[in-house]
Amino acid sequence: MNTKTVAIPGVVVVAVIAVVSWAARSPITSPETQTHLASVLQDVEGTAGRIDRHFERIWRDDELTPADLADELLVLRRLSLALHGTIPSLEEIRAFEADKQPDRLQRWTDRMMDDTRFSDYFAERLARGFVGVEDGAFIIFRRDRFVEWLAEQLNDNAPYDQIVREMISGTGLWTGTPSTNFVTAAMANDELDKNKLAGRSVRVFLGQRIDCAQCHDHPFDDWTQADFAGLAAHFGNVELSALGVEDRSSRLFRLEGKWQKQLDACVVTEELRRQFNEVVAKNQQIRKNDKIEVAENGKSWAIVSERKAPQRKDNEEGDEEDEQVESEFKGRPRFVIRKEDGNFNVYEYKREFKAEFRFDDPDTGEPRVKSKVHGPTVPFHPEWVPKEGNRRERLAGWITHPKNQRFERAIANRVWGFMFGRPYIYPVDDLPTPADGATDLLDILGRDFREHGYDLRRLIRVVAASKPFRLASAHDSEDAAEVERLNQQWGVFPLLRLRPEQLIGSMFQASSIKTIDQNSHLLFRTIKYFNTGDFVREYGDLGESELDDRAGTIPQALLRMNGDLPNDMAKASPMSAPGRIAGMSSTPEHCLESCYLVCLSRRPVQDETNYFLPHLRGKNGDSFSTTVGDIFWTLFNSPEFSWNH
Amino acid sequence: MESLTTTTEVTRRTAMKTAAGLGLSLMLPGLGVKAAAKRGSERQKSLIVLWMNGGPSQLETWDPHPGTKIGGLTKSITTKLSGLKIADMYPQVAEQIHHLSVVRSLMSKEGDHERGSYMVKTGFRPDPTLIHPSLGAIATFEKPDPTIEIPMHISLAAGQRAGRGGYLGDAFDAFKIFDPGRNIQNLRPRAGKKRQDFRLKSLEVVSKTFRKRRRIQSESTLHQLTIERALRMMTSKQLKAFEIENEPKALRVSYGSDRFGRGCLVARRLIEEGVRAVEVTLNGWDTHANNHVGHIEQARKLDPAFATLIKDLVTRDLLDSTVVMCIGEFGRTPTINGLDGRDHWPTGFPCVIGGGGLKSGLVIGSTDPTGRKKRPNDPIEIKDLYATVLHALGVEYDKEQITPIGRPMAYSYGAPIERLIS
Repeated sequence: MNTKTVAIPGVVVVAVIAVVSWAARSPITSPETQTHLASVLQDVEGTAGRIDRHFERIWRDDELTPADLADELLVLRRLSLALHGTIPSLEEIRAFEADKQPDRLQRWTDRMMDDTRFSDYFAERLARGFVGVEDGAFIIFRRDRFVEWLAEQLNDNAPYDQIVREMISGTGLWTGTPSTNFVTAAMANDELDKNKLAGRSVRVFLGQRIDCAQCHDHPFDDWTQADFAGLAAHFGNVELSALGVEDRSSRLFRLEGKWQKQLDACVVTEELRRQFNEVVAKNQQIRKNDKIEVAENGKSWAIVSERKAPQRKDNEEGDEEDEQVESEFKGRPRFVIRKEDGNFNVYEYKREFKAEFRFDDPDTGEPRVKSKVHGPTVPFHPEWVPKEGNRRERLAGWITHPKNQRFERAIANRVWGFMFGRPYIYPVDDLPTPADGATDLLDILGRDFREHGYDLRRLIRVVAASKPFRLASAHDSEDAAEVERLNQQWGVFPLLRLRPEQLIGSMFQASSIKTIDQNSHLLFRTIKYFNTGDFVREYGDLGESELDDRAGTIPQALLRMNGDLPNDMAKASPMSAPGRIAGMSSTPEHCLESCYLVCLSRRPVQDETNYFLPHLRGKNGDSFSTTVGDIFWTLFNSPEFSWNH
Repeated sequence: MESLTTTTEVTRRTAMKTAAGLGLSLMLPGLGVKAAAKRGSERQKSLIVLWMNGGPSQLETWDPHPGTKIGGLTKSITTKLSGLKIADMYPQVAEQIHHLSVVRSLMSKEGDHERGSYMVKTGFRPDPTLIHPSLGAIATFEKPDPTIEIPMHISLAAGQRAGRGGYLGDAFDAFKIFDPGRNIQNLRPRAGKKRQDFRLKSLEVVSKTFRKRRRIQSESTLHQLTIERALRMMTSKQLKAFEIENEPKALRVSYGSDRFGRGCLVARRLIEEGVRAVEVTLNGWDTHANNHVGHIEQARKLDPAFATLIKDLVTRDLLDSTVVMCIGEFGRTPTINGLDGRDHWPTGFPCVIGGGGLKSGLVIGSTDPTGRKKRPNDPIEIKDLYATVLHALGVEYDKEQITPIGRPMAYSYGAPIERLIS
């Protein structure tokens, strides 16, 4: 756990590994098509304008006066935190201030997104929703490969719907086709948890929490256990083998459409038996005494053999569950026949998806659990399901269907959350059903996103150009209720605690004058990589629920004040920013200004200058450096540093 | 420090309201009798969890089956509790275990380390939509103590999965100490008094700029409040509870000088001071290879530390007010694999539990000596074990909280094990 003892010998070894992986990665893509950019920016302003009018109407109706526009340097800090996970470097601040062209914030938004720091950081944040934060079953789940893959997609500006389709329906090895880690992340206790996959897909891609429908119908929404089972069944044919994630259809063959009557009559006729036995393997043949049972009236049936007297074997599976799972069939099911598109498809029961339905016994009131085979179904708009493809591909097609507004609204809400630190609707993955006719922010953002080919960068550009993102977090109101309403209606920029990796990233950035990016010294980046991990663990990773609004904690305050790393960062040494600022500044004024710009991305106000200058004046050498180090410590511990504002 | 308390009355009131919701207390310390001076029923109950990270083998600890196909090389020894035999690697625990009880038939549903730890630390299976609080967090939330200035929920020799506050809030996360008895992480200022004073005074100046036109917003961050509390912690006399230098040398040797041994001694000191919940982690149980050798190594640390802890708590009359539990995320397979190791086994694994008024001298449940049966006799679910512990701590175990997502959730949906609470 102790960073110093572990990291120093380890750095050398790991640096080598790091060299290889960094070297293998694509270089920074340069900003392309400058001429094209102007028209794009204009277009973004159109949508941003619609968003502004939307909020201005709300503020007017609520009789709220929004905050003033924030200083542009401060907006740069917000952008840098959201897109790179750090505050801007002094180098970047100087370059930004030298840029006298109009629309510099918009152009800098694009510039930041062209930097691999953006793809790396945004990929990590998106991955939290897609596969969580745990490293999971290492052998078949490679989170690191998944994040790298996602970063590549962002770097290439791949359309979001395509990214999602690859995650849901990708096949191959978790190392070679990293998108498949979306599936293997759901491994639990050596089994692929299909319910978890269904729950996660709907939560993260459609912004709806249906997980509770796994066990009971949703208390206040329309989700039923059958809806959930139908979605989970789309993952029912996934198998893991030496080749990675695969789909093996459980369908054996198709019967022509004339069988309805016989099936409804629940009789295994000679003809049906012949039909079967021509196709199925010897040991699967239908026997004389086999019967048909109805699974769902007029829609699905099972061919069952007689059940042998239940022999209780203690070491058999199924026994470990304390709750008794009942079968929906009296006999021992062998095949499932399902009516689909006018035909009858025959499935192998063993390999079909089964859901456990929980309900209270209507007579006794006792809870019961029944296992039922369930085919792939969708809870609404089945016409969006593509006709072609395997089950996962069809689910992916349905989720990403252009008419499925939930899809665009969900990512719009998430990206808004990444930019502000707080999603537009909380929790980020529990959105109301899209309303007919009514238009809210997510509809405006979602539509623009869809109409521009599900371009994530464009979505970010639009959010960054909108008025709420540009407002100050300061406001004259002294009325708590009014401030609260302003906060709710995005009439002030919300104060949100920096995420742990943003905080440590910012300390690292502040301890260096130059930008820390791909071009920085490798050793420095390696040290940063290790220390970040340790610090994040100690500070408390927010995990998947990273967009929850949280106040600071005492251990965090202690870590910021007394921790090894913050103190190392604030120490004035020849290499560090405090040391270099102390050494290079021509005057105490200049020195103080640099400290403020490096840490808080602003200049000191008069009160602060008046307070600090006497402490710097008349000092030199070590005592001057020590004071500069103390100023850094102070700025690191200020609310302004550790809160996005 | 003076300058850090110049907030206005209104600020303080609002902050106190917010703080109450976060389990922070602004009451002044030193009111009433210190916990350290109380004994028996006068004391608020506390909890010590010895967390066996990685999943110890039941067969090499509290549930040996020597002479059977599954028993391996482990022999058993008799204990002071008549009828109870434990693995021969635990001669010291054998002398103390009659003060506690043994459950040999715990049932979890999770066989991965992460998921298993979550289940055994919270009593719930992992849930994608919310994080459940650990036992220690619940105890701390339910039983605050304004006289305690140091953290009330502490993880010593902390591993990766220290107890979380979950839906009760980050404020109830365990405070992590990685090297107990040596380094009280982050609790000491890094600069001398003069510089520290300058830093804090400067901090007030910079904070003031930020508060300007952001008074109401910045109050809700509790930034100021957490710094004040942190500073109070840094100067508290109670920090002494983290130090072991003044404990008698013989006792320190008896606990063991490794991280776990020191952790157990610090745990006792913290509990005595009035800390509500302490967890001490012992790593190294994941013996997929060379299980027997691995467990002998582990026992060298666990046996003296655990035995000394029980003895020490008894001697100081603290056991009746302290629930002690020694548990890991699961047990290990009865069958021995090709590498002489044992793999994960979440059904029918043991824990040692007692103190805090719980019945001692019981042995609950038993596992199949042939190893064929997965299900033990008299199975005990984790949720029932936790209802028992919460009940012993004086917490309404079935009390429902409305979680941040609006879903009501009880601390435990189990029921106390009647035999243990008598």
